[in-house]
Amino acid sequence: MNKPEILIIDDEPQIRKLLEINLESNGYIVWQAINGNEGLKMAANHPPELIILDIGLPDKSGHEILKELRTWYNKSIIILSVLNNESDIVSALDNGATDYLTKPFRTGELLARIRAAIKRNQKDENSSIAIFDDLQIDYKARTVSKNNNLIKLTLTEFKLLSLFTKNEGRVLTHHFILKEIWGVGYQLETQYLRVFVGTLRKKIEDNPNKPEHIITESRVGYRFN
Amino acid sequence: MLGKMKLGKSHKYSTFIQCLISAAVVVASAALCSLLFMPLGYKTVALILLMTVSVLAIMLDILPVLLAATLSALIWNFFFIPPVFTFHIDNTEDLLMFLMYFVIALVNAVLMFKIRDAEQKARDKEERENAIKLYNTLLNSLSHEMRTPLATIIGAIDTIKENQNKLSKINNDYLLSEIEIASTRLNRQVENLLNMSRIETGMLKLKKDWCDVNELIFSVIQKFTESGITHKVEFIPNENLPLFKLDEGLMEQVIHNLLDNAIQYTSANSIIKISADLKSEKFEFEISDNGKGFSESEIEHIFEKFYRIPNTKTGGSGLGLSIVKGFVEAHNGNVLVENSKSGGAKFSISIPAETSFIMNLKNE
Repeated sequence: MNKPEILIIDDEPQIRKLLEINLESNGYIVWQAINGNEGLKMAANHPPELIILDIGLPDKSGHEILKELRTWYNKSIIILSVLNNESDIVSALDNGATDYLTKPFRTGELLARIRAAIKRNQKDENSSIAIFDDLQIDYKARTVSKNNNLIKLTLTEFKLLSLFTKNEGRVLTHHFILKEIWGVGYQLETQYLRVFVGTLRKKIEDNPNKPEHIITESRVGYRFN
Repeated sequence: MLGKMKLGKSHKYSTFIQCLISAAVVVASAALCSLLFMPLGYKTVALILLMTVSVLAIMLDILPVLLAATLSALIWNFFFIPPVFTFHIDNTEDLLMFLMYFVIALVNAVLMFKIRDAEQKARDKEERENAIKLYNTLLNSLSHEMRTPLATIIGAIDTIKENQNKLSKINNDYLLSEIEIASTRLNRQVENLLNMSRIETGMLKLKKDWCDVNELIFSVIQKFTESGITHKVEFIPNENLPLFKLDEGLMEQVIHNLLDNAIQYTSANSIIKISADLKSEKFEFEISDNGKGFSESEIEHIFEKFYRIPNTKTGGSGLGLSIVKGFVEAHNGNVLVENSKSGGAKFSISIPAETSFIMNLKNE
């Protein structure tokens, strides 16, 4: 298989170098852009498998770059920024970022997120069966089993789990999930979400208090692993 | 007492209202004199009016007092100095007395104003000095808490660079992990400072949302257990707890800081107990340990910025508990510290919060 290509858009040379060393030694090909416009050009000329995007760029805000990229680029974009207030994170995710990591970040964590994001790119959207470790989901038959034992889910629970699993490795914001499952009028009704995530965890997690599939991203949303 | 309380410039009444009060008091006092003290003679009345002006000078601003002085002089002249009901004064002695009355009343008002002004300046100076003292404490503590980890990082990196071939694998790994610990500490310190400045500058805006506190507590505990603590953290969730409307991010910080505090100041293998409950429409959170607890004076200062318990190991920021207090109070809640019956430290948080009991929705 070809080495996956990653485009880094970040104005700090130290961070770019650090990423370059890490990514190249982990089998990726690295392209670098030092500002937003250069990043847009490079992405358009040679679309990479994944883009790592900084928010605080000298020429254009990363939020704008993200929006422009999303008009045509549909592979994963990971935001890597020092901004860690949840409004920045939520708006980046709602504008189509796949994931969000704040600086300073741990390299191991970043590599794991990159692997998950690239796996997402390569997933066959149309396959009716998906497997996640101990979980198996049949979207057509609407069945879920854990360790080969069938689990009984309500319709809403199944819809929620499908949304999570189809967006594996991606952070879904509360608003997004509420809109997708309950509809536009319910975007602020987070208590429904809390309750259903709670009951879903009890059914699919080994220990619902230490969830391994449905991970809480505090103040932002959830991520399915 | 009343006079003392009202000293200073922060009168709650406007100058206009003060002028009205001043005029009313002078008129009332003159009326009282005409009823009671007429037999005593108009000279005694002058003294009583002068006293009234002096009392007003203690309580009111300069303009209303000047008004009182002028008004009382005119009233004295008009109603009391013979011939009464005219501003006309017959003999030289009375004229002299009237002029002296006027001057004394004015001087009285001006002197009192100057005294109060001087007091205000002294108070301002003291406040400024306190601010500078606090600022210095802050700078000292800051530079210490930032430089210690930086010294570790720079030192470790130098050691690795200069002894590349001589360093054993064990020592090399040790230095690397020291760099890791110091950087994490530095990062946390920056985070703490940002939070503290958000509290201090009033930039803290709560973003309340429905919050599963059991989940929140478990996730905080999990982060600590993953980092390899030897302490035993006990938390038995109350499954009947409703959702609480709280700022999840801030509460996470609060619980994190309290647990971190308990871990830092108790020996390895200590037991830390956590509980969460709903009592009279309040979210109640408790964390207690079986360590040494606190002394009276420590309890008094524990939530102060940059307060560190004497003779404890370095590494804390002195901000963790101040942030806890700031975040809890931002929720209109309060935090209490005491020694538990068994002697260890116990922190209790109580926050009034909206609740939602829709835990068992109809399975749609």
